[in-house]
Amino acid sequence: MKVAVLSGKGGTGKTLLSVNLAAVSPRALYIDCDIEEPNGRLFFKPAFNKTEFVTVLVPEVKQTLCNGCRQCVDFCKFNALTYIKGKLVIFDSLCHSCNGCYTLCPKKALSPKKKRIGRIQRGVSRNVSVTTGILNVGEASGVPIIKKLIKSASASYALHIIDCPPGSSCIVMESIKEADYCILVAEPTIFGLHNLKMVDELVRLFNKPYGLILNKCMDPWDPIEAFCKERRINILGRIPLDQDISKLNSEGFILVRTKKAYKNFFSALLKTIQKEADNQTIIGA
Amino acid sequence: MLSGKGGTGKTTVSSALIKLSEAKAYADCDVDAPNLHLIMSHTEVSKNRDFYGLPKAAINQKICIQCDLCRKMCQFDAVEKINNSYCIHDLACEGCGVCEMICPVRAITLKPSVVGDLMLYQNGSVFSTAKIRMGSGNSGKLVTAVKQELKAVAPQASFAIIDGSPGIGCPVIASLSGVDMVLIVAEPSVTGISDMKRIIATANQFLTPIAVCINKYDVNTIQTKRIEVYCRQHHISIIGYIPYDTEVVQAVNRNQSIIDIDCKAGSAVRKMFGIIEPFLKHTIRTKESKNE
Repeated sequence: MKVAVLSGKGGTGKTLLSVNLAAVSPRALYIDCDIEEPNGRLFFKPAFNKTEFVTVLVPEVKQTLCNGCRQCVDFCKFNALTYIKGKLVIFDSLCHSCNGCYTLCPKKALSPKKKRIGRIQRGVSRNVSVTTGILNVGEASGVPIIKKLIKSASASYALHIIDCPPGSSCIVMESIKEADYCILVAEPTIFGLHNLKMVDELVRLFNKPYGLILNKCMDPWDPIEAFCKERRINILGRIPLDQDISKLNSEGFILVRTKKAYKNFFSALLKTIQKEADNQTIIGA
Repeated sequence: MLSGKGGTGKTTVSSALIKLSEAKAYADCDVDAPNLHLIMSHTEVSKNRDFYGLPKAAINQKICIQCDLCRKMCQFDAVEKINNSYCIHDLACEGCGVCEMICPVRAITLKPSVVGDLMLYQNGSVFSTAKIRMGSGNSGKLVTAVKQELKAVAPQASFAIIDGSPGIGCPVIASLSGVDMVLIVAEPSVTGISDMKRIIATANQFLTPIAVCINKYDVNTIQTKRIEVYCRQHHISIIGYIPYDTEVVQAVNRNQSIIDIDCKAGSAVRKMFGIIEPFLKHTIRTKESKNE
């Protein structure tokens, strides 16, 4: 089963939940799709034994062949090409790799060139196989890294936990595409509720079965409970606001590997999720 | 205002600084998960405008000869053959226009598509914000539009605060461009520090002056020390220490800023605000003297 963990708002506890669910299961594949800020590795601390670079194709120009017709400049919707002082200039970072410019160029002056935008690292942390994507600083889009992460995920694991980036844009959509079930994580604040409404819309748009986990819970906060009732969102569990959890988490410890009580808690949570996901995916199918 | 990691307190600190500075211009550039409007409660109605992204492809079934060329050429897997007709997935189409260009019978055209909603509040001050439509993808261009709108309506404002989004990718880069200073809200945790380093490296590529404030600094004093050491080594000033304060969530849930109430965190932001102005003046002076 492939489970994606997402949240809209950042810092609600996606990584905390993902890491602990993966660690508490007998054997799991943890995939960190938060390629801009990949943090699962800081908890699992695996010895990464495999690194794979992710490249995209961007155009390269042979100035001697270019006759300055500017067809490529006019065509490129992303403004990645410009013609200045008799020379074609290419802005790699704006290119979306659509291949339009070299398909179009009548003089065959443009050709594709590989450009590194980040890497994928793989390692093992006890029962968990850890895969993480890392976007190079200064690069605009990590979508190609996420595509590769999802595609290369080994089918030999019964459980995939996909730790998604915050927000609701292209990188999140790419991360949840192949998921069988989504877990939304929200905190009981007006910020948390507002962003929950947005991702709720997103997972419905993708027709994904999903449930909610509330994190940093104090007393029950009515507005979020009311929203869940109205939208018939199943609350799968509640993680309390707790100093010990914050402290262990801030030090990069995996909760379920430190204390029996946490192990029991997340183990029960994983069971609830699996049961719920099985039910919902059957209904969905 | 940036942070790398999400949930470190960008919006909480932003709203406090906006109120303290009585900023005449401010914006929420976290278009994926905008929240600033919840605290900066405006009673007036916002002026709303549709934001158009790149037009998306549409196939005219009557003209299509099913040559399969568009499906083969699309780099975004946006063309699919379903029940003997070719369709475009709006969620996947990036609007590059390759299919329109190569279609031998001109069956494909690009159609306008609304990808976000821009909202502008004007009531003595100008507040520009936006929300991306679900499934629209790329949010960098919408961020740029939010900033342009702010600039167009409040060109005379001498001080503006822009609340950014987490991460280091395109919306963050779009938020960063053209600002005089980045204030990073850091969090004393191993993940917070890792993300802080990545956002600092990103801001450095744009040669933007950086200052750091540490939120909930007392939750983990060992990690706070690590932030201090890193900042010292990289000649970055730490201009504020905000303590963990349960009043913060209470205030937020009442749609209040932390300076609207009497609390520890609010006092700490007040103290920091006193340092921001001289810091900004100093960095701008240094920049100008360098340019000379």
